[in-house]
Amino acid sequence: MTEAQEGAQATVLRLDGITKRFGQVLANDSVSLALKRGEVVALLGENGAGKTTLMHILFGHYAADAGRIEVFGEALPPGNPRAALDAGVGMVHQHFTLAENLSVLDNILLGTRPLWAPGLGRAAARARVVQLARDFGLAVVPEHRVGNLSVGEKQRVEILKALYRDARILILDEPTAVLTPQETEDLFATLRKMVAKGLSVVFISHKLHEVLAISNRVVVLRHGRLVGEVETARTDRAQLAGMMVGAEVRAPERRDSAPGVALLTLAAVSTADRGSAPGLKGADLELRAGQIVGLAGVSGNGQGALASLLAGLEAPIAGEMRLAGAAPRRWSPRAAMRAGIARIPEDRHATGTIADFTLTENAILESYARAPFSRRGWMDWRAARDFAARLIARYDVRCPGPETRIRLLSGGNMQKLILGRALEGAPRVILANQPVRGLDIGAIAFVHGQLLEARARGAAILLISEDLDEVMALSDVIHVIYEGRLSPVFARAEKSAAELGEWMAGGGFADGAHAA
Amino acid sequence: MRLEPVANPSLARLLGFPAVALAVTVLIGSGLAMVAGADPFATLGLILRGAAGSQFAALETLNRATPLIFTGLAVAVAFRARLWNIGAEAQLYAGAVMVALLGTGALAWPAGLLLPAMAGAAMLAGALVLLGPAVLKVRFGVDEVVTTLLFNFVVLLFVSMLLEGPLKDPMGMGWPQSPRLVPEARLPRLVEGLRLHWGFALGLIAAVIVWVIQTRTTLGYEMRAVGLNRQAAEFAGIPVGRVILKTALLSGGLAALAGFSEVAGLKGNLTLDISPGFGYTGIIVAMLALLNPLGVVVTAIFVAGVFVGADSMSRAAGVPTYIANIMLATALLTMVLAIQLSRFRVKWG
Repeated sequence: MTEAQEGAQATVLRLDGITKRFGQVLANDSVSLALKRGEVVALLGENGAGKTTLMHILFGHYAADAGRIEVFGEALPPGNPRAALDAGVGMVHQHFTLAENLSVLDNILLGTRPLWAPGLGRAAARARVVQLARDFGLAVVPEHRVGNLSVGEKQRVEILKALYRDARILILDEPTAVLTPQETEDLFATLRKMVAKGLSVVFISHKLHEVLAISNRVVVLRHGRLVGEVETARTDRAQLAGMMVGAEVRAPERRDSAPGVALLTLAAVSTADRGSAPGLKGADLELRAGQIVGLAGVSGNGQGALASLLAGLEAPIAGEMRLAGAAPRRWSPRAAMRAGIARIPEDRHATGTIADFTLTENAILESYARAPFSRRGWMDWRAARDFAARLIARYDVRCPGPETRIRLLSGGNMQKLILGRALEGAPRVILANQPVRGLDIGAIAFVHGQLLEARARGAAILLISEDLDEVMALSDVIHVIYEGRLSPVFARAEKSAAELGEWMAGGGFADGAHAA
Repeated sequence: MRLEPVANPSLARLLGFPAVALAVTVLIGSGLAMVAGADPFATLGLILRGAAGSQFAALETLNRATPLIFTGLAVAVAFRARLWNIGAEAQLYAGAVMVALLGTGALAWPAGLLLPAMAGAAMLAGALVLLGPAVLKVRFGVDEVVTTLLFNFVVLLFVSMLLEGPLKDPMGMGWPQSPRLVPEARLPRLVEGLRLHWGFALGLIAAVIVWVIQTRTTLGYEMRAVGLNRQAAEFAGIPVGRVILKTALLSGGLAALAGFSEVAGLKGNLTLDISPGFGYTGIIVAMLALLNPLGVVVTAIFVAGVFVGADSMSRAAGVPTYIANIMLATALLTMVLAIQLSRFRVKWG
């Protein structure tokens, strides 16, 4: 082996026997991993497999219970982000860590210079940022305020921040979750430039096609253990999926059906803006019996407003909403539920459940005020427990029992309980807002199966998702949402992913609302 | 240094740390007594004897615990729903004013009617005092910590005005105090010949009722849901605003019962010093009880015991009484720390 080859093969990062336990959960079970110079390693695994924990340990957010980390041959002291930064490890978090009110340049410089030297060498720093941006194809304007940037731009700032600090190893935690397909392509182009210059990348994801597109090597975690490691060139989707879940996965079976009557219609409905989140702007929408309407869009483009409207949390400020032909007089969560709308909220931890309540208490959260759970102001806990036990059995919620606090459950089991709670009343309309985000493949299949079953039963379903694949796989018709505006309705398979991506980036909307 | 949760804390852990906390409290109290010139070993005995060493001492402790049970319950109920009621002091005085208004001869009813009427009026007054801040919170998002705290001073000055004006005792030789309650308006002794009055029994009953409300009723479920996760409660259709208002009414009413029991049970007339901060101490009582209404009874008696015992100790040993306050503060801080330590493990490094 020549010296040059050896240089290219040099190990820059070595994790050795990393073990981390949270209470009774073994998040990382003796995981070992090596990263070489100039390669992209994909860390693949279901949510809860321990990917993020492992990277948090590497970056010093957590200290491992056992194991050691070496960066460029030197041991990294545990639990010290500063040391990780100094050793050349950069991390781009799932949720950005930027100061919204500062400029791009200030965000990049934040924390890199002493407090008592303001303005010193700013021009040089700016020149360096511009140079880095050019080298790696990261188009940003240093003077722009971060608060005004799109999500894709913010991500570029995060990457620049790491590069500016001379990161030689970049960790990207689910970087594509918030990007359009085109932005994802741009990100991949940047990553390829980085490895060409000898940087190394750890790419965390649970999306198989991205992993296959960008990585040199794939490392698969399952239940905190390293279960497989393969060269990307020598594997395929099916094998990776099999390693991820430990079993073969099948796509949900979806039969064509004729749409029925319109159960919920919006005619030119607008809702109020909420801070930086846009409200709906003259939205037309029709939810028909036996139909899944998919709503594609980049996060933060008014999905929240539409979900709040259907959930009863918000009322239209203009336009008309009709439920089975009639406009509701008073609109509230209870009115929505009475009208037969089942709601699966976007954030199951913050909105869907109460963490310190038991499964029983969470199961009746939406129906506690009615008999048999409540009679004349008194709770009937036996009836509530029976109801919870029924949901647990019917929706396959894995838990020690109905008296367990729900915070101890995995996201998938939590979601199954929410799903059961929502579907138990045979709803006519179902609002499914990101119903499978963060779930493992088994739970995703279960949730999708339940939605398709409800569709077959004649329910009208609105599926909101930032995952375009999910929208395209399940929906009968698709709308794209962009800055609070809805695209015209597209039939299933009418548009390709790339075309929908154009709309998600605002493409078709340019000449005013509802330009088709 | 980092904290890691202990999944299933052992009994030794759960009892050991609070025991250490108590020991630290006693140690600091004794140390201060020594600084003040008393025998530190004797002081502990003096405190225990002063708090529970005789029938008189024990009853004194229970008498002192009575208002603390009510204010502790008021705080526990409110805090459980994340309504930060720092104004139990104001609600207590509002209740006491109603007792003085109705019990000094305005109503010539028999005790069986008069006492419930006074208690009801007191609860209503206390409830209304807290309703204002609660409405401001629900409607306009005004921070209730600020409003309830400031209401304490408003109400106290209002009581002062009453005692200098319409409620002033003409036979009081100029002191700012109300006339004495008529005999029918006095809470009888629990046992004939002993100093303990019915207020204490009422406190125990109130604790059980609050516990039943929280665990068995629909309102209790709503209050806990709103307190644990307001966003989820709102999404699920729980009328969050209305639940907070109901919580305020219950909390204010409970605090007012402290005023009722102090004036009708112990003092017999309204003065400006019926409460040496029972409203604020109620926060300590509720926090030590981890907001559990039955636990409030235990912690109220404990806190009262520290006060009474340290009082008696300071008299016997000739040291200042504020040692009691320091001991209580130490007890609170060490106990809160002990409760955390019994559930979390500290890791150094």
